[in-house]
Parts: sequence; structure tokens; C-alpha cells
Amino acid sequence: MNVCFVIAYLLFAPLLGGLLDGTDRIISARMQRRKGPSILQPFYDLGKLFSKELIAVNNVQFLLNLSYLVILMIAGALLFFGADLLMTLFILSTADMFLIMAASSDSSPYANMGASREMLQMMAYEPLTLLIAVGFYLAEGSFQVSDIIDAPVSAILWMPGLFVGFMYTAAIKLRKSPFDLSTSHHAHQEMVKGITTEMSGPALAIMNIAEYYELVLLLGIFSLFFINSTWWSWIVAIIACGLVFFAETLWDNVSARVKWKSLLYSCWIVTLVAGGVNILILMLIK
Amino acid sequence: MNKVSKSPWLLHYDASSCNGCDIEVLDCLTPKYDIERFGIINTGDPFQADILLITGGVNSQTERVVKQLYSQMPEPKVVVAVGICACTGGIFKECYNIKGGIDTVIPVDVYVPGCAARPESIIDGVMKALKVLDEKQKAMKEDRR
Ligand code: SF4
Repeated sequence: MNVCFVIAYLLFAPLLGGLLDGTDRIISARMQRRKGPSILQPFYDLGKLFSKELIAVNNVQFLLNLSYLVILMIAGALLFFGADLLMTLFILSTADMFLIMAASSDSSPYANMGASREMLQMMAYEPLTLLIAVGFYLAEGSFQVSDIIDAPVSAILWMPGLFVGFMYTAAIKLRKSPFDLSTSHHAHQEMVKGITTEMSGPALAIMNIAEYYELVLLLGIFSLFFINSTWWSWIVAIIACGLVFFAETLWDNVSARVKWKSLLYSCWIVTLVAGGVNILILMLIK
Repeated sequence: MNKVSKSPWLLHYDASSCNGCDIEVLDCLTPKYDIERFGIINTGDPFQADILLITGGVNSQTERVVKQLYSQMPEPKVVVAVGICACTGGIFKECYNIKGGIDTVIPVDVYVPGCAARPESIIDGVMKALKVLDEKQKAMKEDRR
């Protein structure tokens, strides 16, 4: 059963991620009173990128990009296998390190600046990510994903604060405005394309596929908050993921990019207030 | 599926335009014209661009930049000259610093006339460029065989 989940994740996560990205672009366009591209546009983009010439700026960048993809796949596979949540989160941050290395391996100042901003973003969201693992342990008594989804009541009842905090920091991971400092999905930013500046053709395509894996992985963590031992909680989880995704898109469209200090401080404050208080209450009542 | 014309990404560079044409290029992104419906993204990164859109004629300072941008774009790529300045030098042609149209430094595939070029004709020019792009991709594939 668990193996089926893993295989389904490895095969279909890029498809689901691509479709979600297409939906995101259409919803954004409609919010701006535009028609927007086709929902399959991300796949057209991938097809094109793979058919283009690869301008290799050095001989490690492509490899590092590939490692980013593979390590993300491992992190997601662990989550969908029902393994240790803490392990998944650690591997997730390791994957990000490879992206940072890929970006800082080239000589473009924009890519290097993107890499240092990406590092800063990690500093901003990492504390809360760890608190979430702790929260699940306090609420359900285990780090194992398979135990968490077998709990009698959904985890969201125990950790609403952590959920709100995770929604806040997920905008960083999804590269949504106002937190798209290191690279942006939208055209023209102050430092060209940030970390992806010197990635062309296939290298960028691999990075995009990795992002789709990451998107599905994050939605998987969101659904952990809702899934319990009953069957209908799965439906609730899927609906909740849809709502979370819509909320992130809406936030992306109504906010402007912030400075790095506001990013760091606001994330830490949210972590402290929403996450910290939630954990304290959990410790008292559990 | 992997037709490059299904997802052409634009790079826009102002070689020495009076800004008239640039505003018309940006116009194409607004809700009224919305070029994103063709899958077009206005990127700022030559490494990721398929179409180089240049406004204004080339002068002695921008010549280097135009060549650099062109050489940084991965194949297949096309160049669209927007506005009469980019096509021939236009009203600035006789100026001491102007070299002339874009085709004096890099090969141009599509010329969009007008002063300023209207958004409709820019979109038209880009659509023409897409056909050229597909042909170039085909030629590239045959070369590989
Ligand atoms: S064609 Fe006209 S509007 Fe365009 S750059 Fe030249 S002078 Fe300006």
C-alpha cells in the first residue's frame, strides 16, 4: 500500500505540480482581468526547455541541479511511504542546499545574490518547520507519518497556530510574493532571475520539475494536519490543500515583494507567536 | 509537444529608443492585449529567452550589449526589431553616434515598422517570429541527425 503511494508520488507529482502551476497562472491572470495561458502551459514550457541548447556555464551546475531534483524526490518518497517526518524535513533542507550550491557555482553576481537570499529564506522558515515536527510529536506521540495519519482526531485541532505559521512560511517555499526574494515566477525582478539566472534550457527544466515535486510534498505536509483514521478526512485534506493553494495564489497577487529584514523578522515573529504559543499549550494539555 | 512556439519567452532590450516603442512593448502585457495567453513570458534573462525584442537603433555604446545579449541566448533564437528606429535607424539615422538599424550588428528575423509600433503590430511581429523559430528548431533537429 505504502509502496503504491511512493510510486504514485514519483510518477505523478510532476504532472500534478504542473497542472497546479497552470491553474495558478490562470487564476492569477483572471485576478488581473486577463485571459491567461492554457492550463497545460507548464508542460509546453518544459517541452521547450528540454529541446533547447544547454549553455553550460561550468561542469558542476547541471549535476548539482540534478541532485536537487533527486534529493527532493527522496524526501517526498519518505513522506509518502509513511516514514519519519523529521527525516523528510531534514532531507528537504539538504535539497535546498544543493540548489544554493548550484546557484553559487556560477559567476553571475545575480545568481550569487540569489543564492545568499535563498540562504536567508532558509533561516526564516527553518525554525517553524522544525516546530511543526515537534508539534506532531507532542500531539500524536510519534514522528512516524503512518502513526500521524492513524490518529483518532485530526492534528489541526491540536496545532492550529502551527498550521497558520506553516501557511505563512510556505509562501517562501512556493516562491510566492511577498517572499519571492531569491527568484520569482514573475517577469522582471531587481536581479534578473536570481538563483536561476544562469540556468538555461534543460537545467531550468530540471529545476522546474524539482519545484513540482516540492509543491506536492508541501501539500502532503499540509494534508497531514487533516488526515485521521476516518476515510472522509482524506477528502477534507484534499479540499483544504486546494484552499491553501488558492490562498497562496491570492496572497501572491495582492502583495509586493518585501525587503529581506521584514521577511526574516516577520517569519520569526510568526514562528514565535503562532508556533511557540501553540507548542507551549500542547505541552501543558498533553 | 516540444514546439518552441508554444512557449516563447521574450527578452526586451532598449538599444537607444526614445521610449515610445518600449511603452508599446509593455502595453502588450496589459490586460487588454495580454500576450501571456500565447504562453509568452517577458523574462529579463537572456539565458532563458527565445525571442530578442529590440527597440531603437544601435549606437556605439549599445552595440556591445546587443551582441552580448544575442550571444548569451541559447539556440534556437530569433530577433525582432520593433519600431522604425530598430529597423533602419529612423529619424535618428543621421546622428553622429547611431550605427543604424539592429541588422547592422546582429541578424534580424522580423521587422516591425511604425513610430511608435502599435501593440497590435508588435504582437503580429512576434507571431511571425514564432514561425521562424519553429523553422529554426526543425533545422536544428535535422542538423543533429
Ligand atoms: S520608432 Fe519612433 S517611437 Fe519608436 S523608438 Fe523610434 S522614434 Fe521612438
